[in-house]
Amino acid sequence: MLLEYAAIAAFIFVTILVGFIAIILGMLFGPKKSTDVKAMPYESGMNPIGPGTRRMPVRFYLIAVLFILFDIETVFLLPWAIVFRKLGVFGLVEMAVFIAILLVGYIYAWKKGALEWD
Amino acid sequence: MTAEQILFLLTGALILGSALMVVATRKLLHAALWLVAALFGVAILYAILQASFLAVVQVVVYIGAIAILFIFAVMLTRREMRDQGQQTRTNWWIAALLGLLILAGLVFLILAVPGADRLPAALPEGLDTVRALGNALVSPEAYVLPFEVASVLLLAALVGAVYIASVGKKD
Repeated sequence: MLLEYAAIAAFIFVTILVGFIAIILGMLFGPKKSTDVKAMPYESGMNPIGPGTRRMPVRFYLIAVLFILFDIETVFLLPWAIVFRKLGVFGLVEMAVFIAILLVGYIYAWKKGALEWD
Repeated sequence: MTAEQILFLLTGALILGSALMVVATRKLLHAALWLVAALFGVAILYAILQASFLAVVQVVVYIGAIAILFIFAVMLTRREMRDQGQQTRTNWWIAALLGLLILAGLVFLILAVPGADRLPAALPEGLDTVRALGNALVSPEAYVLPFEVASVLLLAALVGAVYIASVGKKD
């Protein structure tokens, strides 16, 4: 039974291994000179705006909460979708009610401007 | 010992060790990352229990979403990122003693349940747990009411989050 997970385990093991190899090779062969530019917080290549530990706007948090909620909706959708054909109209109505209730919240978030980033 | 028992013990050690690091590390962001390790250990536990769907949900929802939420929450706080204060109090042993007492009580309670010392029977061969879950979610004899109520709960959380986070903004 657990052998079904062997591929996932191997994948995780190789991922960790590659990470360690990259760090160890860098430690062994890389130059250890520290410059101001190197010590900068990494911000996708551009010069960082402000310190790395500044407060983030609350919008990130809001987006994360919205993501969780729709993530959970997907979790409910998946097992339903697998047996969808067998359930027929009844199953379709059940899921329509479920999604309709969540759609109310989605419209509320939309109207409140929670999905905008200004 | 079977392979499953060894895996269970290793996973338990991973969860306990990571959970300890969550409360012991001084940097909040590191604590959040250790929490990810602990949550992943729980996903392995689900896999050992043959609950493959739950294991995937654990990774997708808890590691993929809730851990991210924690990290954002940490980044929202101002100067609490590096805590320099004392990490223990002089009466920490009372808390440890209480914790052990509660653990002993829980173990006692669980052992009192008939059949708690036996292993649960393995799932029948070829049972598709995701399919069974999908059927149970919409069948009136099973979980259709909790399933629909769950959408109301999600709606409440959604409206609450949007309302709180957009306070002070003109609309």
